[in-house]
Amino acid sequence: MMSERQQLAYIAAKAADARVNVELEAEGMTLNIGPQHPATHGTLRIICRVDGEQIIWADPAPGYMHRGYEKLTEVRTYPQINTLVNRIDWLGSFANEVPFILAGEKLMGIEAPPRAQWIRTVMFELSRIANLSLFLGDMGVQLGAVTPVFLAFRDREYVLNQIEAATGQRFHPNYDRIGGLKEDLPKGWIDETKAAMVKLRHFCDQMEDLVMGNVIFQARTRGIGVIPRDVGLSYGVSGANIRASGVDWDLRRDQESPMAWKHADWKVWTHPDGDSFARYWVRLQEVRESTKIVEQLLSGLPAGSVMAKVPRIIKVPEGEAWVSTENPLGEMGYYVVSRGETGPYRVKIRSASFNNVSIASWLLKGTLIPDVITILASLYFILGDIDR
Amino acid sequence: MGLVEKGRVPKSLATLLNMGRSYSMWVYQWGLACCAIEMGAAFGSPRYDVMRLGIIPLPSSPRQADLVCISGTVTDKMAPAIRRLYEQMPDPKYVISMGSCANCGGPYWDSYSVTKGVDQMIPVDVYVPGCPPRPEALLEGIVLLQERIKSEDMAARWRGDSGDGIAAMVDQPRKGDPVVVNG
Amino acid sequence: MGSHLVPTDDLWVRVRTDAWAPAHEVLRDQLQMEYFCFLSAIDWKPSPFGKGEDDPTEPPVERDMTIRAGVAGGDTRFQVFSRVYSVLRHVGITVKADVDDESLSIATIANLYRGANWHERECHEMFGLNFEGHGDLRNLYLPGDFEGYPLRKDFPLLARIVKPWPGIVDVEPMPGEDPVDAEGAGPEGTGEAS
Repeated sequence: MMSERQQLAYIAAKAADARVNVELEAEGMTLNIGPQHPATHGTLRIICRVDGEQIIWADPAPGYMHRGYEKLTEVRTYPQINTLVNRIDWLGSFANEVPFILAGEKLMGIEAPPRAQWIRTVMFELSRIANLSLFLGDMGVQLGAVTPVFLAFRDREYVLNQIEAATGQRFHPNYDRIGGLKEDLPKGWIDETKAAMVKLRHFCDQMEDLVMGNVIFQARTRGIGVIPRDVGLSYGVSGANIRASGVDWDLRRDQESPMAWKHADWKVWTHPDGDSFARYWVRLQEVRESTKIVEQLLSGLPAGSVMAKVPRIIKVPEGEAWVSTENPLGEMGYYVVSRGETGPYRVKIRSASFNNVSIASWLLKGTLIPDVITILASLYFILGDIDR
Repeated sequence: MGLVEKGRVPKSLATLLNMGRSYSMWVYQWGLACCAIEMGAAFGSPRYDVMRLGIIPLPSSPRQADLVCISGTVTDKMAPAIRRLYEQMPDPKYVISMGSCANCGGPYWDSYSVTKGVDQMIPVDVYVPGCPPRPEALLEGIVLLQERIKSEDMAARWRGDSGDGIAAMVDQPRKGDPVVVNG
Repeated sequence: MGSHLVPTDDLWVRVRTDAWAPAHEVLRDQLQMEYFCFLSAIDWKPSPFGKGEDDPTEPPVERDMTIRAGVAGGDTRFQVFSRVYSVLRHVGITVKADVDDESLSIATIANLYRGANWHERECHEMFGLNFEGHGDLRNLYLPGDFEGYPLRKDFPLLARIVKPWPGIVDVEPMPGEDPVDAEGAGPEGTGEAS
């Protein structure tokens, strides 16, 4: 039984609460996430209107890393553009060069020799592993677990060492040329790479235990940020994001390409839920699958030269070509328009993260603020890819 | 107390203070683009560990940092944010510009939306060239900065002995010519 | 639909300007092309600045300014093109349409493919094309006070005008070639009229 004083205090507190609630009935607060924020992969700014913790609308505002690639390609020659294009998706850089070089080869009507195509595929898969292994660690750090990213950086070093041994640069290799590759692999590279692949598989097992097996991670990602199949396709979401919504589509398998994926025995992983956990799971399986592809291709590498006969100064005949490949982030393609000069007339770069992030405004409606970070982390974009 | 600013600190104590400062810097990582990955490898990976040099990459806000490492392309849209960040840091503060994009615009020197070098906005102490520079190159830049700090004259800095050029423009005391890391 | 071109293994279809949106509707509903790849534009007018390799002290180089369109070419200066794809049949189509020179505007497909929203915004700020019915054509990449449309050919890259690129200075020898043969042309003074 409360004393009268206590009762009066209780009533006063309730009244004060009610007053505060009425005052805060107003619209909601505009919260700026970014552009500099440890949890966005670079300089992405998301303007959110929040009501308490819930988001009413969200509007990603990219452009803080816009470097004007498409204008720059108009004043450069093909080899120069190759250097530039590496830096779009800056984690798995070799993968950016390949569709551009393939478009150039398509316009010139040149086929690179088989050894070059196989080594290109191996390097492509290595860049995929370098890219996605950082994702596996980084998603942990976005959610607050700091340890996985140290493991990711450490194990990524094995792959970067191999890329450096073959091409001279840890990332941004600039190794591909129209007609083949810059040079052949060094001695002993094949065995070292196979050893590195074993270590990467061990890393995947660790991540599976450490991150995916963690109850907090599962509670924070299961059911969060579900992308339905038709909405995802309409937005143009590609790569692991759409495979995690059940769409069985992988350009490595479904497209006729001079590269060597058809010579290896590998599987495309999909997941029926479309949530953040599914996206993490699919990417983990993809890293494992990539290690297997690399081992198989390295065991059967054909002999021969790595460069076809091309003129020294490359002039690409007139025409237009579109080539797209399954990059680590999604579908990346180049639409090259050539007028017969040493440089292209127009290059349209179709980058995967641009479409992947455009779905964010639809996806983030009605979610809570901590879930925003989870969803963005699982969509996995790279700013250079969005902004070009 | 104002002893340091007025130059009334004995030499040995000043050296000790400078040494202490240089071995306990907190780095704010302003990672924008590809160089951010190499910076992450230098600061966060066990192989190129930066903490053994005394630099701690953990400040949660620029107000707690003495060193900012700007790595990656600076665009015109992002430049005001960098300026604001720099002004938020408390003195004494140092700037490392990492990578050729932050040094001079880099491979995008002719782009319409790239700032040709971060030194157009803030005064830079150490330039680390490369695209991207290896983590070891960044560590060398940090070591050079540490040596510069050890031999620094704090009184001159507080008096505001600024040179001409950018330092005068941005109202900061200039400490001498910036260092460029070789190789 | 307008004309129809099929080079090698890829399919380009050129449609009339007013058939732009209905063509996409047909592709989406009847051919199950649900996946939206991209949308962009081309400016077919040759650039008056060439490759930015002109020496600023020499008189400006005369360039051929006639508008020549390429494959599946058009009749106007600007052309939009988009690509949609079917994930079930693994086939994609690139659709092109001319943009009317006077009005510089074309119908929007953002209500058919949601991904076109951002692509059309980017196209608008880079080329200055208007998309009727879009309703929200704000700048996507460029800062708010940016003047001009960067991807148009008459937008200059100022850094190249102030200090032009010297042209081909040296050339990397092809693998297997004698390095003596690999000396390329020296720096070119009057610019390439390529």
